[in-house]
Amino acid sequence: MNKPLPNSFRQGPDGRGRFGQFGGRFVAETLMPLILEVERAYEEAKTDAAFQTEWRRLLKDYVGRPSPLWLAERMTEHLRANSARDDLGAKVYFKREELNHTGAHKINAVLAQILLAKKMGKTRVIAETGAGQHGVATATACALFNLPCTVFMGATDVARQQPNVFRMKLLGAEVEPVTSGAATLKDAMNEALRYWVANVHDTYYCIGTVAGPHPYPVMVRDFQCVIGEETKQQILAAEGRLPDALVCAVGGGSSAMGLFHPFLDDEGVAMYGVEAAGRGVDTEEHAASITRGRPGVLHGNRTYLLQDADGQIQEAHSISAGLDYPGIGPEHSWLHEAGRVNYVTATDDEALEAFQVCSKLEGIIPALETAHGLAHVMKLAPTMPRDAIVVLNLSGRGDKDIFTVAHHLGVKL
Amino acid sequence: MNRIADRFAALKREGRGALVTFLEGYDPDPATSLAILRGLPGAGADVIEIGVPFTDPMADGPSIQKAGLRALKAGATLAGVLALVRDFRKEDAATPVVLMGYFNPVLSYGVDRFCNDAAASGVDGLIMVDVPPEEADEIEPQAKANGLDLIRLVAPTTDEARLPRVLAATTGFVYYVAITGITGTRSASGADLSAAIPRLRPHTDLPICIGFGIRTPEKAAEAARIADGAVVGTALVETLAASLDDQGRAKPDTVRKVLDHVRALAEAVRGVKSAA
Ligand SMILES: Cc1ncc(COP(=O)(O)O)c(C=O)c1O
Repeated sequence: MNKPLPNSFRQGPDGRGRFGQFGGRFVAETLMPLILEVERAYEEAKTDAAFQTEWRRLLKDYVGRPSPLWLAERMTEHLRANSARDDLGAKVYFKREELNHTGAHKINAVLAQILLAKKMGKTRVIAETGAGQHGVATATACALFNLPCTVFMGATDVARQQPNVFRMKLLGAEVEPVTSGAATLKDAMNEALRYWVANVHDTYYCIGTVAGPHPYPVMVRDFQCVIGEETKQQILAAEGRLPDALVCAVGGGSSAMGLFHPFLDDEGVAMYGVEAAGRGVDTEEHAASITRGRPGVLHGNRTYLLQDADGQIQEAHSISAGLDYPGIGPEHSWLHEAGRVNYVTATDDEALEAFQVCSKLEGIIPALETAHGLAHVMKLAPTMPRDAIVVLNLSGRGDKDIFTVAHHLGVKL
Repeated sequence: MNRIADRFAALKREGRGALVTFLEGYDPDPATSLAILRGLPGAGADVIEIGVPFTDPMADGPSIQKAGLRALKAGATLAGVLALVRDFRKEDAATPVVLMGYFNPVLSYGVDRFCNDAAASGVDGLIMVDVPPEEADEIEPQAKANGLDLIRLVAPTTDEARLPRVLAATTGFVYYVAITGITGTRSASGADLSAAIPRLRPHTDLPICIGFGIRTPEKAAEAARIADGAVVGTALVETLAASLDDQGRAKPDTVRKVLDHVRALAEAVRGVKSAA
């Protein structure tokens, strides 16, 4: 298609929260005034020096930022050995978000959102969670700031992410199992929105990804951009140049937006968002919204969705609870149509394989979500020249997943 | 002709408020749903709202969620709901029909085609729960072009600054959401409503109906007295659900039980004179 390229990929969204046709504020009237209030508070926070200073302090002293950029030498060697020619096999770096306090990138945006909730005078916090990483991060921040916290989690996910459920409870949060639908992330988000509608006066909804109604997609993205900003500095320091490719798994797409956004206008940097292909994109069991979905409206925004011919939302499937969602953040839908980011897929089996390879070669047990990104790196790096550089967002650690992985490998713990 | 305006004008002459009923289309199956629809005017429904089933009804409580899932299981589609309205219209040319639902099925059907087909099927108005005035251009021009009213929700959280904007974008009637919450959970007090409705009047000449959380004939009568109409949904959906067999199928008395409930509500609403 012959579309004029915009001057910059970093200007969105517009005043209505749109990235091209995607995004927006498709919520019931009851929520609309509150969404506008969140937007105002966020706009103020952007230029509020005290807010920014406090958030940066938390990122440094509580989360442990900056997270390192690690040259994964054994992984690089392994992939070179698997490449077709001697001159192939890119250098692989990991942006180590798994070293953050609570074990994933989610905490970056959560701390900022909790500061915002405080600023808005809200006295309760709710969140949805899939893998439990966002729930744990929210429960953690709420413990730190002494705010009561309720986390909505699909009953299926409660069962497959037991360690994180217990963690949230230890941190003082209430975990509300959701049984509607397939009882996964989509249903948790429905239930959180329903609860919010009924409790708008005192409750802040801390959304875990770059989805939901405006301003959440842009706000969460901005709060996650610390990942890409650090990566840029770190790779320049290490290699004196920008990477050739960035790779990240996408559920809602917050870890990916955080890494990609600061590089969007750097032409030479290719980007790959990796969707969960579950049992395969040609089966009915996957979570590949862009690869196999089409645009629609759910959870407050227009974006690519898994839906049937009548516009009913379909259940997603992924071995990874954090990717088990039938939608994707609206900015990703836009970047896909603009052709700036490539959206590819990795299956459950490919993720399981990557999970094990990474553990053995690098001594890093990645989250199953992250393993989808790594699975693509394992396909991509061997096709790139030896002097090329690939950065993977190592978005989280896999301690929470060992039971699931053991189960799939037929090991009884 | 505009059935919604005509109906409210007629009720005003009668000096009473409207009973607006809500049931999910295709719940629990198309034939039963049509039989109930056909019986509603005779049982005393002044305006009929039909819910368009959606997998992810963000503003609905458990009862209407389940009704939607029963309907989807029974094969409900937007096209099917329009067919239901066409069948209803063969016997009733006067009772206003309003479709209430979420945007994605409409988007998937095609907004232009939908508004065209809805009007041709005998639909009078639309309530798109997740299309606030900020997103009005998604459907307003198409609805207007086809003579469909766009009925907007006004909530207790809709502040003074927003009210004119929301109300200016509304046609047909105003749907006042009585509670900050989802359908079928809590109910608003008469005192809250008595305070809320006068807040809206200076901004609109349209009739105002109150919905969400009106369960009993007494509450319906009270709402119809305070405003211009009462919307009863969850209570009717629950009566329907309670009449089903353990497989969720209609029993011989399902239609009668729902219509009896409507009759009880209508009697209460008709027993009172509107203040307006
Ligand atoms: C470690 C990790 N990576 C990625 C994701 C996917 O979310 P997002 O695409 O918003 O980064 C999750 C979600 O739970 C996660 O825990």
